[in-house]
Amino acid sequence: MPESEPSTMLESSPGPGDLVKRHRLSTRLWHWLNVVTLAVMMMSGLMIFNAHPRLYWGQYGANADPAWFEIGSSRTTGFVQAGPLRVETTGVLGHWTDQDGNIQRHAFPYWITIPSRYNLADARLWHLAFAWVLGVSLLAYMAVSLVNRHFKRDLTISRAEIRTAHVWADIKDHARLRFPTGAAAMRYNILQKLAYASVLFVMLPLIIFTGLALSPAMDSGWQWLLDIFGGRQSARSLHFIAMVALLGFFVVHIAMVVLAGPINELRSMISGYYRLPGKPPEPVIEEGVR
Amino acid sequence: MNRRDLISGLSLGAGGLLLGGCDRLNADPNVRKILVGAEGLHLRSQRLLASGLAREYRRDQMSPVFRTNGNTRPASVDWQAHAATNFVDWRLVVDGLVAKPLNLSLRDLGAFPQRAQITRHDCVEGWSAIGKWQGPLLGDLLKAADLSDRVRYIVFHCADTFGSRPYYESIDLYDAFHPQTIMALLMNDRRLPIGHGAPIRLRVERHLGYKHAKFVMRVEARERIDNLYQGQGGYWEDAAGYQWYAGI
Repeated sequence: MPESEPSTMLESSPGPGDLVKRHRLSTRLWHWLNVVTLAVMMMSGLMIFNAHPRLYWGQYGANADPAWFEIGSSRTTGFVQAGPLRVETTGVLGHWTDQDGNIQRHAFPYWITIPSRYNLADARLWHLAFAWVLGVSLLAYMAVSLVNRHFKRDLTISRAEIRTAHVWADIKDHARLRFPTGAAAMRYNILQKLAYASVLFVMLPLIIFTGLALSPAMDSGWQWLLDIFGGRQSARSLHFIAMVALLGFFVVHIAMVVLAGPINELRSMISGYYRLPGKPPEPVIEEGVR
Repeated sequence: MNRRDLISGLSLGAGGLLLGGCDRLNADPNVRKILVGAEGLHLRSQRLLASGLAREYRRDQMSPVFRTNGNTRPASVDWQAHAATNFVDWRLVVDGLVAKPLNLSLRDLGAFPQRAQITRHDCVEGWSAIGKWQGPLLGDLLKAADLSDRVRYIVFHCADTFGSRPYYESIDLYDAFHPQTIMALLMNDRRLPIGHGAPIRLRVERHLGYKHAKFVMRVEARERIDNLYQGQGGYWEDAAGYQWYAGI
């Protein structure tokens, strides 16, 4: 056997403890741009919601029409109403104390909105400017990821992977916080692929197109927006639901990063390098050498 | 100071920075310039993509209740005298950079070809209402007045005020001559109600509600709008920083 063989083998199949390249530059840039963009979009969007904190289904919807979701207030309480379900949210939603100690009855509180004081015009400036960043960066990322084959290599779901038994086994592993070690940690498992793909191909496109459907000018140019979402007010409801779904992804994402080792995960998204989890194998010591 | 204190101190500081930082960025003139700059992108891209007609709806798709908003009854003595006499002596003035200034009664306005459309009104706040509007095309009035070549904007001077500031709005010629841009005399087949801007209001479909000036008294053709009131082209644009281009 040629002498160079062992090191080549090490490179081709890295094991636990090895530092491996995990995320491309394009992925890392897009990831951190999204952190900023999605935070600004959500916080300014919540301020826009405050201007009319009711959601409807259909083409039209205003105060006299039935809302399926509302954040409202009585004199002393705040509440969230979804269909017949009403939850009191005094102190957080609908009725809260601002940074100056005054009671405010807007839907979302100052610490989660941009800007912190009620201002629809400014919130729209932020939201509509960053909408361009979100849309253009998603398009660019999709183009780059097709060209560098990131989607094909890392997101293709094989027939074996999507079998119920396999998915179920993966769910059980996640629930028990048993994460893959060694070389297996270099690939996305099926739940990761599904989560990532649903953000890329479902949630982000949904939130962008429902957002476009809210523009009266776009509705005239792309009337199919009104047809696929069932009207502007339905699009507004779906826009909000897509935001909640993205927020749900964010919460699970952060939880998994913390559980899987936040330093190592953060490093992989900053420098691209990831230390494969698991115990490195004991060095093999040949008897003859001893 | 141990490591835990350091970490919690840093994260508290970061949270505080983030909260205060957003407001500080929001107040920064350079940041605002960039954010406001997106308006040009909205306008240019939407002019490219949305050159057609706004969706027109069926009668059975109309809102059962079309709410009012903004001013619902001007305080102006002049306007109130007209309202008391059913607007018989009221005239719409069309002037500015025109060869033939007009002075139109409701009867004159009714003599122009009328367009009826059932369209959706989208308030900047987020709600929508669908109603039927009818009146002469703004473009026909402007053609009758014979615009000068220098005209770039059409300004709508209104009878209603916020405090002492009169409501006004402006659109460019692209929107002024759009086939759905009408001066509505009728709403839902009846004389335009007081709350919706009697006796006449602008309907400039494909724009948010605040562009649709109510209680219009005068239509003025201008070359510039930056030398009018506070220069932003409309009451809400001046008073609260809403964007002049309201297609989004």
